[in-house]
Amino acid sequence: MSSGTLYDKVWELHRVAELPGGSTQLFVGLHLIHEVTSPQAFTALKEKGLKVRCPERTIATVDHIVPTASQDRPFSDPLAEEMLCTLEKNCATYGITLYGIGSGKQGIVHVIAPELGLTQPGMTVACGDSHTSTHGAFGAIAFGIGTSQVRDVLASQSLAMKKLKVRRIWVGGELKPGVYAKDLILHIIQKLGVKGGVGYAYEFAGPTIEALSMEERMTLCNMAIEGGARCGYVNPDSKTFDYLKGLPNSPKDKAWERGVAWWETLCSNKTAIFDDEVNFDANEIAPTVTWGITPGQGVGINDNLPTLESLDSRERDIAKEAYRYMELQPGMPIEGLEVNVCFIGSCTNGRLSDLQAAAKIAKGKHVAKGIKAFVVPGSEQVAKAAKQEGLDILFQKAGFEWREPGCSMCLAMNPDRLEGNQISASSSNRNFKGRQGSSSGRTLLMSPAMVAAAAIEGKVTDVRKMLAQQSKDSKK
Amino acid sequence: MRKETIPFPKGEIKAVFGHCLVLRGDDIDTDRIIPARFLKCVSFDKLGSNVFADDRKEMRGKHPFDHDLNRQASILVVNENFGCGSSREHAPQALMRWGIRALIGESFAEIFYGNCLALGIPCATASKEKISKLQTHITENPRNTFELNLMSQELFNKNHKCSIEIQAGTLEMLTTGRWDATSQLIARNDCLKEIASKLPYLNNFKGHQ
Repeated sequence: MSSGTLYDKVWELHRVAELPGGSTQLFVGLHLIHEVTSPQAFTALKEKGLKVRCPERTIATVDHIVPTASQDRPFSDPLAEEMLCTLEKNCATYGITLYGIGSGKQGIVHVIAPELGLTQPGMTVACGDSHTSTHGAFGAIAFGIGTSQVRDVLASQSLAMKKLKVRRIWVGGELKPGVYAKDLILHIIQKLGVKGGVGYAYEFAGPTIEALSMEERMTLCNMAIEGGARCGYVNPDSKTFDYLKGLPNSPKDKAWERGVAWWETLCSNKTAIFDDEVNFDANEIAPTVTWGITPGQGVGINDNLPTLESLDSRERDIAKEAYRYMELQPGMPIEGLEVNVCFIGSCTNGRLSDLQAAAKIAKGKHVAKGIKAFVVPGSEQVAKAAKQEGLDILFQKAGFEWREPGCSMCLAMNPDRLEGNQISASSSNRNFKGRQGSSSGRTLLMSPAMVAAAAIEGKVTDVRKMLAQQSKDSKK
Repeated sequence: MRKETIPFPKGEIKAVFGHCLVLRGDDIDTDRIIPARFLKCVSFDKLGSNVFADDRKEMRGKHPFDHDLNRQASILVVNENFGCGSSREHAPQALMRWGIRALIGESFAEIFYGNCLALGIPCATASKEKISKLQTHITENPRNTFELNLMSQELFNKNHKCSIEIQAGTLEMLTTGRWDATSQLIARNDCLKEIASKLPYLNNFKGHQ
């Protein structure tokens, strides 16, 4: 059993009581809600005659269903409009802050909470969305919940949960140019499997992790759930504190100093005991692309797709199914595979640094003929900051569409979707069958820079070659 | 769509009766169980008929959820890591509204498992070998009905018996009717207040230097 880890410390601080059945009642420090998984929770609350216990500890935004081309109300999709109206009504009824469209603070829930300073070290963070693991980047214990649990958190500011084991994922070495946090997490999931993390919280540690920016750490923790781990986290450090300083909800003045002093005590002890430990070498990681129908089915850009014989016997059935669905053959190279649609955005890779990395590739180039490419900033704040740098113009000149913030084609609950068996190069997090809105649509997950490279070339491309060419050109 | 409707789980859950339905495959994610476009709703009421909508469309009537003999099934027998991916409770809600009242599998994704428990739907596990034998037996004897007995931890009828496992805590919650957590959570008002009064970030970090 783990002890002395950040996870253990935060768990202990929030432990309210032990419940019959071996669950723990855990206090929830920050509750985030959106339009998809909250309406039924509010209905259940009404049916039970309950109130929202701490309306000030719940923050709402709208992200999944918002169109990204035009956000004028009412939305052209009446179901989407009904969902937003319901959220607005519920938030007004119960006194919950809603960051709606045009507020300057709207965006994907896992983008806005960090940028507003709502997510802080040592908190428990819950949201009816599996990618809540993102917030672990700050040294919070953050996890996705179902709608019944959203109801429970609204009613009691707590939920019933079983304590997880803790696996430390130690990463040493250096991510080379053209290799990003996205490649690191795709590589980790490929090695540990999509169910390897079931029952675990992932602690990401080591020199490579310490060198990551906060936005990169968010990308990493965001996809812990794709490896089966309900939450992933990084111990807070000076980068965490620098990011938080001065944000609207960060503590101020003396409270800031006290806050930092407390946050520093939360880190896993040097003598901490983990239930499991795994090591990775970042030097070995290449830009990584998924070829299948689970996020664990990835390969390095220079590798060929695995033959069935080379796979563990337990992986073969799903690999066969993936080859059939994706219309790809074992042994073929991933580099050079033609794509139709290129999507840059999502809670995984829709932050400013993601757009900057993609813009670096797109600058002065043009999207290949016949390719639909679009950029969806993760929030209104990201959009504003990107525009200040002229990224919207840069992308548009390069033939990308520049959109309004939302979840967009990550899950296609809005007009952005694949058609027929189109293949997308996507900076999102899931390549499940049908995920991007077409029941035969195909998704290749990769970093935003790799998506930009695919858009320019019209096919899966090693972004390192383009970066090398750029640096050669700049020396001329 | 099934013709008869059985009531949703309520109170103490000690056994589930009915036909078993075999759905083979590892890593069946919640996007497959209920595609995202059906999440555009403010109630769960209409999800049942759209369970596995895309998989069923692709298989043109040959999906297990479309077999005539399966239409009365209440126990779903699956393989490994069932319910991975999105946290959407719409997935177990769709299964429940279609008629599923219990699942047996090699393993389940965590959020899905918790969502099922919150609805009073047991997710029982058994080894790969046992599941494989059970799936074969059900496929060969599709008309047989079974009893999933939580107390004795077995699935059986007069011809076949398979021991299954249910986590001790889950078992206690289901069989005592305390799987609906809300009332227990709100009952501990004093404890909640005490924890909140001690959390540094709710108290301006007082006492920390």
